[in-house]
Amino acid sequence: MIAEPGSVVWFAGHEWRLAWRDWIAILSGGRRKRLRRAVIAMAIFIVFMHFVAYWMVGRYADAAPDKSTLVAITGSVLLSWLLMISQAMESTTRAFYSRSDLDLILASPAAAEKLFAVRIATVALSLAMMALPLAAPFIDILIARGGWRWMGAYGLIVAMGATATALAVGLTVALFRVIGAKRTRFVAQVVAAVIGAAFVIGLQIAAILSYGTISRLSVLQSQTLLAHLPNAGSRVWWPARAALGDGTALLGVLGVGLILLAATIVIVAPRFGAYANTAAGAAASSVVQVRRSTTFRAMSPRHALRRKEWTLLQRDPWLVSQTLMQMLYLIPPAVLLWRSFADGNAAYQLLVPVLVMAAGQLAGGLAWLAISGEDAPDLVASAPVPAGFIMRAKIEAVLGVVAVVFTPLVAVLAIASPWHALVTSVGIVVAAVAATAIQLWFRGQAKRSQFRRRQVSSRLATFAEAFSSIGWAATAAVAAASLPLAIAPGLLAFLAVMGTWLMSPRAQPRHA
Amino acid sequence: MQHVAPPFALEIAGLVKRFDRPAVDGLNLNVRSGEFYALLGPNGAGKTTTLRMIAGLLLPDAGSIRVAGIDAPANPVAAKRLMAWISDEPMIYDKLTPREYLEFVAGLWGLAPALAEPRAQELLGWLELVPHAQERCEGFSKGMRQKVALAGALIHEPQLIILDEPLTGLDAGSARQVKTVLRERVRAGGTVIMTTHILEVAERMADRIGVITRGKLIAEGTLEELRHRAGKNATTGGAASDQVSLEDTFLALVAEPAEAA
Repeated sequence: MIAEPGSVVWFAGHEWRLAWRDWIAILSGGRRKRLRRAVIAMAIFIVFMHFVAYWMVGRYADAAPDKSTLVAITGSVLLSWLLMISQAMESTTRAFYSRSDLDLILASPAAAEKLFAVRIATVALSLAMMALPLAAPFIDILIARGGWRWMGAYGLIVAMGATATALAVGLTVALFRVIGAKRTRFVAQVVAAVIGAAFVIGLQIAAILSYGTISRLSVLQSQTLLAHLPNAGSRVWWPARAALGDGTALLGVLGVGLILLAATIVIVAPRFGAYANTAAGAAASSVVQVRRSTTFRAMSPRHALRRKEWTLLQRDPWLVSQTLMQMLYLIPPAVLLWRSFADGNAAYQLLVPVLVMAAGQLAGGLAWLAISGEDAPDLVASAPVPAGFIMRAKIEAVLGVVAVVFTPLVAVLAIASPWHALVTSVGIVVAAVAATAIQLWFRGQAKRSQFRRRQVSSRLATFAEAFSSIGWAATAAVAAASLPLAIAPGLLAFLAVMGTWLMSPRAQPRHA
Repeated sequence: MQHVAPPFALEIAGLVKRFDRPAVDGLNLNVRSGEFYALLGPNGAGKTTTLRMIAGLLLPDAGSIRVAGIDAPANPVAAKRLMAWISDEPMIYDKLTPREYLEFVAGLWGLAPALAEPRAQELLGWLELVPHAQERCEGFSKGMRQKVALAGALIHEPQLIILDEPLTGLDAGSARQVKTVLRERVRAGGTVIMTTHILEVAERMADRIGVITRGKLIAEGTLEELRHRAGKNATTGGAASDQVSLEDTFLALVAEPAEAA
């Protein structure tokens, strides 16, 4: 059956085709052989995740809907839901601010609100689709061991996607109206990052302040919290009950979610085009004056390059907000440091891997911006400076930022425990250098604005960067306790980085 | 002792670059110092690849490139010091102001501030960018961005300016400003090599024109010389050879190798 052009079904077909091709392109990078490998890798990952899920949740399959179970499930659901809202806000902001085909759609006689209705629904659908591969292994194991009642968890994911989208669209539109198109993009990104991280960080800080540990589970399982929460019969627990297979709760949660989404579509879709046009107008008319007008400074090419990188970073709050998430996760270790410092206990052991891991991740992001996200590659390449020289300056710029961020924390740690500070410093340097080196080996050419897509441009680089940061964090954690024992994880992390180099395009023989 | 400019700002011999197929195929080309040279050719003829090799952005597979007598592939830093490169898509930094951009470029070329600052001010004035000198480039039109890129290219007073379709997408006013600045540069002794699809620009501005197709230079000379060569092939509609437009001449010249093939 061919849908009538301009109808909701026709637009849905159009969106589906674009999304499907985009997804295949991300997986395959345009090569059929790679697609096969990606599908096999995904299948292996899903099987592996089932084993992980069995180990993690298998024993809870027969859980009764008592208060502590409901609290534990609600905590996990709330965490995932906030991450969904964060993701939905990003998608909505992108839809408002990216022109792509909007000029074509808005200039055509087709009813644009139908397309926008489809696009809002697509955000909800893609959220659910993204959550499924991660949640499915856990739900499958619970179904296999605890029965079909756990099927309700799949319905809960759909409801979570719908409500998260409705709230995110509502929040973004509210920002649009209150603070205007010009500021919404940045503020929405920051709000998205804060929402995504707030729950985990809040629980961690509560755990640190109450129990001196960074584990959020200690808060969720505490008797104090349980005593203050509503009883098991309350509707507050409906999402958790829905996951446990309570039909009424599932219908209620699904109903609320779908009604909210439908209402959002009905209200927002007809105005979507106007919002997108306002966003485009705001971007086009934005004139930012730089008041500081100093005389030209004497600079070496290396200094000029470093200064340029730092100025661009400092002036791009949108990019900064992309790395904000990593910075937010430094708050709990900072609180732990402060509390441990005050109490004089020895919880520093926990800080070492967190700081090392964060440094690796931050360096990776910044290195991509400096090395691959060069907006004027021809200008820099045509300058009378050796290529190695340019790269050195960019690496110095990245490591400089990492140093500025982490030095205060390490300095405080040094007063409390010089040994932990020393191990952390070495770990931070090694993790940051390794992440930067990986970005260097896999460097490409992209616009800085494509920062979000950097993780799909080379999955090997992304995994290697994450693995390297985790590896060096583990090494530092072990080293802080016992230096000789750190040789094994350190060697593993080193081999992983070397293996990445061997697989990188830079290590392949070049044709003259 | 007075500095004597070398007779040729650019000497290319037997230049070859292959991708899937030869993009530049044994190209020979000389551009005299103080000359405005326009390189014409159909799409995919190898013009941009040639210019990118001259600018040091691509390494040739074979052949030689000498910039003011310097072997460019062997001594890229010395050669780049004398050159400037501008592409059709102006590559500037959205978050920098034109003034900051010029300061950055001056830093890259190692220019002393005492030299760079007045020069920057002069260029901003010529290109009518002074009112926008303290604004970030993110809101600029393509014409303004191209003018900022041009100012960056000229700040170190290059001997050889390499331009790839610099007037594409510019409005009449911006195009005129860019042309005026380039003409001034040539008058001051600089050399310009430029590709363009706007034949009227080549006709009015170039001292000599080279026609390249399939990676080879198939014709070269002044407009008169090219007209003379293409005279019998051009669809003149009975017009005298000196009245034949460059468009007719160009089409006749690029048709020659296709007919010969």
